[in-house]
Amino acid sequence: MSALLEIEDLVVDLPVAAGTLHAVRGISLSIARGETLCLVGESGCGKSLTSLAVMGLLPKAARRRATRMTLGGEDILDATPDRLSDIRGQRMAMIFQEPMTSLNPAWSIGNQLEEALLRHRRVRRAEARDRAVFLLEKVGISAAASRLGQYPHQLSGGLRQRVMIAMALMCGPELIIADEPTTALDVTIQAQILRLLIDLQREFSMGLLFITHDLGVVSRIADRVAVMYAGEIVETGPAADVLSRPNHPYTQGLLDCIPRPGTVARGARLGTIPGVVPNLAGRIEGCAFLDRCPSRRPHLCRQPVELRGLGDGRAYRCILPPADAAPPAPEPAFA
Amino acid sequence: MSSTEGTVGAVVRPPDAAAGEPAAPSPRTILRRRALAHRGITIGGGILAFVFFLALAAPLLAPHDPYAQDLGRRMLKPIWEATGTWAHPLGTDSFGRDYLSRIIYGARVSLLIGFAAMILSGLVGTALGVAAGYFGGRVDMVVTTLVTTRLAMPAILIALAVVSLVGSSLEIIILVLGLLLWDRFAVVMRAATQQVRNLDYVAAAQAIGCSTSRIILTETLPNVANPLIVIATLEIAHAILLEAALSFLGLGVQPPTPSWGLMISEGKSFMFFEPWLICIPGFALFALVMSVNLLGDGIRDVTAPENRT
Amino acid sequence: MLPFVLRRLGLAVVVALLVSTTTFLLLRLAADPAQALAGEGATVADIENIRRMYGFDQPLPAQYWAWATRAMTGDFGDSIYLKSPVLELIGDRAPVTITLALCSIILAMAVSIPLGVVAALRPNTFLDRFALGTAVVGQAMPSFFFALLLILVFGVHLEWLPISGSDSWLHFVMPSIVLGYYAMPALMRLTRGGMLEVLGSDYIRTARAKGLRPPVVLFKHALRNAVVSVVAVAAVQLGFMLGGSVVVESIFSLNGLGRLAYQSIQRADFDTIQAIILMIAGVYVLLTFLADVLNAWLDPRIRVS
Repeated sequence: MSALLEIEDLVVDLPVAAGTLHAVRGISLSIARGETLCLVGESGCGKSLTSLAVMGLLPKAARRRATRMTLGGEDILDATPDRLSDIRGQRMAMIFQEPMTSLNPAWSIGNQLEEALLRHRRVRRAEARDRAVFLLEKVGISAAASRLGQYPHQLSGGLRQRVMIAMALMCGPELIIADEPTTALDVTIQAQILRLLIDLQREFSMGLLFITHDLGVVSRIADRVAVMYAGEIVETGPAADVLSRPNHPYTQGLLDCIPRPGTVARGARLGTIPGVVPNLAGRIEGCAFLDRCPSRRPHLCRQPVELRGLGDGRAYRCILPPADAAPPAPEPAFA
Repeated sequence: MSSTEGTVGAVVRPPDAAAGEPAAPSPRTILRRRALAHRGITIGGGILAFVFFLALAAPLLAPHDPYAQDLGRRMLKPIWEATGTWAHPLGTDSFGRDYLSRIIYGARVSLLIGFAAMILSGLVGTALGVAAGYFGGRVDMVVTTLVTTRLAMPAILIALAVVSLVGSSLEIIILVLGLLLWDRFAVVMRAATQQVRNLDYVAAAQAIGCSTSRIILTETLPNVANPLIVIATLEIAHAILLEAALSFLGLGVQPPTPSWGLMISEGKSFMFFEPWLICIPGFALFALVMSVNLLGDGIRDVTAPENRT
Repeated sequence: MLPFVLRRLGLAVVVALLVSTTTFLLLRLAADPAQALAGEGATVADIENIRRMYGFDQPLPAQYWAWATRAMTGDFGDSIYLKSPVLELIGDRAPVTITLALCSIILAMAVSIPLGVVAALRPNTFLDRFALGTAVVGQAMPSFFFALLLILVFGVHLEWLPISGSDSWLHFVMPSIVLGYYAMPALMRLTRGGMLEVLGSDYIRTARAKGLRPPVVLFKHALRNAVVSVVAVAAVQLGFMLGGSVVVESIFSLNGLGRLAYQSIQRADFDTIQAIILMIAGVYVLLTFLADVLNAWLDPRIRVS
């Protein structure tokens, strides 16, 4: 598997009133072609900022740093703004959380779909139009040709998100970044959009970086998963392994919060993670999860905890031995 | 930032604590600090306070009687010109009246008209706006129509016509301006009241059976006070400018009363040779209006920083 | 769309009615038209005569009714001073005022919209503060004082521009600056605020995520949405300019409606004042209506539904 997206040691700082908010604190991850990586975490853990950092769409005030960031071998960290805008929409595309506000109310959806292709390819408007109709049908919109003249306000949230997906696909990108694309939708629509996204990802064998807070979604779509906490990746590995045998207490805590038929008895209490997320405005030394950890060893956890690789593609950031009690690998490694 | 080290043990660290603030200051203190740090408020407030001082202490400050004519000492130059003298620091006008004294007394006219017209229009506009916002429905429709009608009528023409036909005195000018400038009060108060009205605590007050007038006076009005203050400053500036324009056109404050607009009008005939005759009252007017505007903008910034545009 | 138009038409009729009754009452209560007509030195008998002749002895509602029914047929009476139909006078003077107001609003928009956009693109920089600072200063400048300063500098000192009359387009330069600058701060702030809001919106992020070039993002996606409210306000400002041109017209001796109104006020020429105020009110209502239509037309959410 050749890596499509590679990020090494990504840091995002946001200036705030009280100093600097270290929102993303040294993240490394990679996605292969045709692979789905789910980035999981609670709100504020830095997962959305990570995706915006990849797209180069961070808010103006934000500061981004990394050792390396490449897409299909091309550097997207120090690329010129011009080059980056060539790559955006063409080689990597993004789907956002809010379909209601992500389309421009002043232009027809046909216009907004076509401009994505017209920007990057030397095609005539008629060809762009054909491509738009083709993709609208692909994302399951009926009477696609007649929809082109419609405006966003005439479409429901689910339809708008389908349009957003079609728009992302216009140039046949290698990587799709989806930032909680189903969170704002009704439950029934959520399932449809999720299904659609996965089908399309397989059909066009694109890399998919899927950002979510929902472990249920992860179990359905992810090849691999990376769990984020307080701006760091605390555990990563093949989705099935991580979900069935979590190594990090935080992953375990998240899993305990989900009701599972057959496992959690009717009327039984679901798990909670006590305490609150640490303030990222200052520097955090040692394990960020320390205060909420059920199995903390304060004297050991005060030092920085490295991400430990387990050799089977899994890694986690904790001093505890892995859940399946195999002896921990001696040296840290990246997933 | 010095206190960034900290242990992980400190779970919740409010952002303020990092700035080394001893204890949480009261909202009032915060507001006062923000106001004093705001350049618009300090400069605008400073100029306005100075003009107030001039107006109040006019008899003590003015070196001469602003009405005393001395035809032998007409159009003396101000002090910065070669022939200027300290006897008349800002020179004299075409009737030989001391310009500095007239400027000082003119501050009284501008401030009096500005504040009185604002209070009158504020009463009318706030009453209409709050009623429209609180009751909605028919009342709202009537008020909205009244506002449109008022906006459709050219304020300066109406004021000119009335003052010209009835005759002009300070009272008439204040009355006319007050009855013409209430529209912005009504529009803003209507919107603000609508917002507050839908909040839970108003519903709660209704639920425990408070009377309508009590709800408006104790629950609604205090919460729309900030936009009210901002509009009030804008309307003071508006009224001052309109009075000056009326006086300039000869249909406002009548001679020999010293009004800055009237002084510009009187100096106009000589402005090609003695431009300072219009520049001095013009600058005074400009500085006063700007100070009021700066203050208003500043109050808006400080009380509602999120609405800053 | 049709109910909207009908509702606005209804409002226009109500406003016309209210404006005409208010001005009618104001003018009639403010002074005795018979006395004004008779002029100074008229005997009591003369005034009584005129009062009966013109129907000023009738009760006010009857007088208003008589005036309104004539006005409906397009007869706004005669100017007592110029001895010609008011409508003709207005027709003669309107072109000057309309030219002035249009030049002013175009100038105001040409200056304030780009300035507002630039300020929004670089918020809290020197340029932004400079633009906002200019707006504060501009708002505080009394227009007649500003006009006199312009005359001093460009008319008298530099001798670039004529200072009075309306013979050539050069005569309109200074008056347009004076009338236009007053609308600039409001339009500038509105553009800046609108652009700041739009630039922070999700669909701008989408446009950038598509790889669109900055000018396309700025003009096609941002400005288009931000400028709608600006254009609407500009239309309303144009209405205010028509009513507010009296100061400018009298300083620069432009023979427009404002000057006619001012002169008529000094001559107690009731019918002329009444007709001009009513006309300005009518234009204002029309312009706000057009602004709403324009708004609706520019915004597909209202247009297509």
